[in-house]
Amino acid sequence: MTKPIIQLQDVQKYFGDYHALRGINAEIDEGEFFSLLGPSGCGKTTLLRVIAGFEDVSTGRVLIDGKPMEGVAPNRRPTNMVFQSYAIFPHLSVARNVGFGLRRAGLTKDELGRRVGEALEMVGLSGYGARAAHALSGGQRQRVALARALILKPKVLLLDEPLSALDKKLREQMQVELIKLQRQVGITFILVTHDQEEALVMSDRIAVMFDGQIAQMDDPEVLYRRPKTRRVADFIGVMNFLPAEVLFEAGEKIEIEIAGLGRAEISSDQAPRGGGDGATSVGFRPETLTILYDGQQATDREARAKVEEVVYYGDMTYYDVRLEGTDKTVRLSMRNVFGREVLPIGAEARIAWSPGALVLFR
Amino acid sequence: MRGGWLKIYALAYLVFLYAPIALLPVFAFNDGTIIAFPLRGFTFQWFAELGRIEALHGAVLNSLMIAVTTAILATVLGICAARSAARYDYPGKRGVMGFIMLPLVLPEIIVAVSLLVVLLQLGLSLGAWTVILGHVLICTPFSIAILNSAFQNLDRSLEEAAVDLGETPWSTFRLITLPLVMPGIISSLLISFTISLDEFIIAFFLTGTEPTLPVYLWGQLRFPQQIPVVMALGTILVALSIILLTTAEYFRRRGVARAGGKDTGGFL
Amino acid sequence: MSLAQKIGRMRRTDAASGILLVSPTALYALLLLAAPLATIVVFSFWTQDYLTIDRSWTLANYRVAVTEPIYGQLMLRSLWISGSVTVATVLLAFPIAYFVSFHVDPARKSLWIFLITIPFWTSYLIRVFLWKVILGYNGVLNSTLLGLGIIDAPLTFILYNANAVVITLAHAFAPFAILPIFVALEKIDRSLLEASRDLGENRVTTFLRVTLPLAMPGVVAAVLIVFIPTIGDYVTPRLVGGPEGLMIANMIQTQFLKLNNAPMGATLAVLAMLIVTVVSLVFVALNRRFLRRQQ
Repeated sequence: MTKPIIQLQDVQKYFGDYHALRGINAEIDEGEFFSLLGPSGCGKTTLLRVIAGFEDVSTGRVLIDGKPMEGVAPNRRPTNMVFQSYAIFPHLSVARNVGFGLRRAGLTKDELGRRVGEALEMVGLSGYGARAAHALSGGQRQRVALARALILKPKVLLLDEPLSALDKKLREQMQVELIKLQRQVGITFILVTHDQEEALVMSDRIAVMFDGQIAQMDDPEVLYRRPKTRRVADFIGVMNFLPAEVLFEAGEKIEIEIAGLGRAEISSDQAPRGGGDGATSVGFRPETLTILYDGQQATDREARAKVEEVVYYGDMTYYDVRLEGTDKTVRLSMRNVFGREVLPIGAEARIAWSPGALVLFR
Repeated sequence: MRGGWLKIYALAYLVFLYAPIALLPVFAFNDGTIIAFPLRGFTFQWFAELGRIEALHGAVLNSLMIAVTTAILATVLGICAARSAARYDYPGKRGVMGFIMLPLVLPEIIVAVSLLVVLLQLGLSLGAWTVILGHVLICTPFSIAILNSAFQNLDRSLEEAAVDLGETPWSTFRLITLPLVMPGIISSLLISFTISLDEFIIAFFLTGTEPTLPVYLWGQLRFPQQIPVVMALGTILVALSIILLTTAEYFRRRGVARAGGKDTGGFL
Repeated sequence: MSLAQKIGRMRRTDAASGILLVSPTALYALLLLAAPLATIVVFSFWTQDYLTIDRSWTLANYRVAVTEPIYGQLMLRSLWISGSVTVATVLLAFPIAYFVSFHVDPARKSLWIFLITIPFWTSYLIRVFLWKVILGYNGVLNSTLLGLGIIDAPLTFILYNANAVVITLAHAFAPFAILPIFVALEKIDRSLLEASRDLGENRVTTFLRVTLPLAMPGVVAAVLIVFIPTIGDYVTPRLVGGPEGLMIANMIQTQFLKLNNAPMGATLAVLAMLIVTVVSLVFVALNRRFLRRQQ
């Protein structure tokens, strides 16, 4: 049912000597909510601007809806953009901002008014048309920018860090609204963000970018559970790393020795090739470790540890624990349950862990 | 009070700045040919006399024509340079801009004599247009200084958004860029006009047989009996300058407000 | 890639657009500023006998300029007057800039700056002439002081000498000095001053150790922006300077328009520019060294 709306074929981009995009290959499907995630300077915004047509590719090809985009100016591409600053025209009213792109459509005044009204209603700003642009709050500006881009019914909507200027509460609220909006209009959304949580929450698929390259492209769950490189693992969420050694490999099975946890057997799909940055280590998420209270038994493996630091979050508690007989500290997270005590610093604890939750980087 | 003494000093300083100008209307309306206290009485006679001097009218018209032409040319050149400086990067940009801004600090006499030498060497006759050439040269840096802030306050993504929404680069300039920097353009026109109208040295060297207003004034300063008339004329000129400058400042501020920027000071 | 495509790509690059856009203005400056300045330099190596120009290269003008005492005297006096004007203007301007930047309500700052700049833009000629009216033998100042009985005879040391030139120029260039200092002061992050107080400095030492060094670029700009144009001022010495207060610009004008000796005028103009440039560079270098030593 899906077909690629955007195809990126070995896209390279130089700014002078600076190599901003180093061979991007990707296909983005129709109707997909796709995110470009990475630290600042990784090339994600440049890639978005290449798709929009604000930057030329140095080499490689960009196809939108099967058509090559070389030499096609931004105003002739079936894409529209929500800018990081929102770029609301300060000298025009809300309605004239939203209707800006329809100037050449040859609509009657009534028709134009109706379309603008619909677009404003879609983003929850009915009745704001006559307002001056500079009298809007941050969240409202964002909605105007969305309405202005969506009114043209683009094939792809490009969003450049659209939520970064909003405070935390409003940001979370807008995340949900954006997801709903995308489902409602069915247009492909490409979101640029440096906020891994935002990408995980909103996207169907995420491309993690470092240094002008896509390090991994997967759906959020795979990305979180099976990062392909140590760097991706480190960038997304919290990951514990312990040095490890591969003892032997036999078909699907790999026997490893982990510092502080001992021997374990993992399957080969837990061991992507070439992501270890030169050293071999295993990684695991804090929530895959559990503190065993009196009377509880580990379903899989058990280790002993001592609590060194307690970080209380209300619904969660993070513990930094030192594995017994080693100098290795790992972080684990526990959901706080009514009636169960939060362990104090210095407490001895039994920890349950599972080889199935490990990822091996080598 | 913090800054108490400073405030008194600042007010005294303002008085010092304005005192000479304040004398203009005092003596322009004084019924006496000698410029000294005590005042004699109130009169409109000096202003009335202004209306009867034919040579003055010629000079005024000449100056107005020169100032209008200068303002337009300097602002057009200023738009090119300011837009280029705010929007693009190219090798040697600092050097080029520094050179264009050089007349801002160069003694005007140097500009005047060097232009004079070239014009005479080329065998060209002096006239209003040679004054315009010189005035455009010294007004352009001021125009750039004013327009720079207008163009720099302009968020680049506004123009990108317009292109993204289907406009061509030219229609984007017309629909977005121009309206947003228009206050700066008006301000630049008014300032250039004022500078050209007041400028003396370059006009003194490059004017032909038809003097500009300041050159005419310069000629009158030698005659003590003309001084009350000069005072009257000066009053009108200063009043005109203040009106123009206030208008320019109004537009500059409106431009800053419109582009959503923060106001940080005056023209420069 | 075909040539047409290459050119098309070139035209689309930022650098090319920038150069294209700035070129009308740059060309104008090149034709009407660089070329004339170069011509002046060339002229200074020629000589003129009444109306005919001798185009053989010679240093004769420079020799005259160095040996004839009148030129050296005028140059020194110009330097001295500009220097005094600069010192007076900047010293007087600094407290104003400081006051507006630190003690004026932010909403009213631009009004103050506007009030300060207005006199600068109003007819220069008339302002200078007004000082002649104020300082003259029968002028406003003398007639007022006489009328009040403070003096018995009119003061004569205030007109037609270098003092008058200094007063008038200092008044004319005051706003020019305030602006760069004000801009530099505005850029100072106010929390730096609080940090200094927090670390044990009092208000005076904070000013000396934090505010002043950070404002130095503005002070340097103010010095240059006053010093360079004033040395070439023509109107003020002519109107209020008398024979004792004439400056190099007056001599340049005389050479060009009265004595018909353009090459000599050009030589003096070149020398004036050279001296101004050298003095400015030395000043900037000294200031830089001073600031570095402070660190």
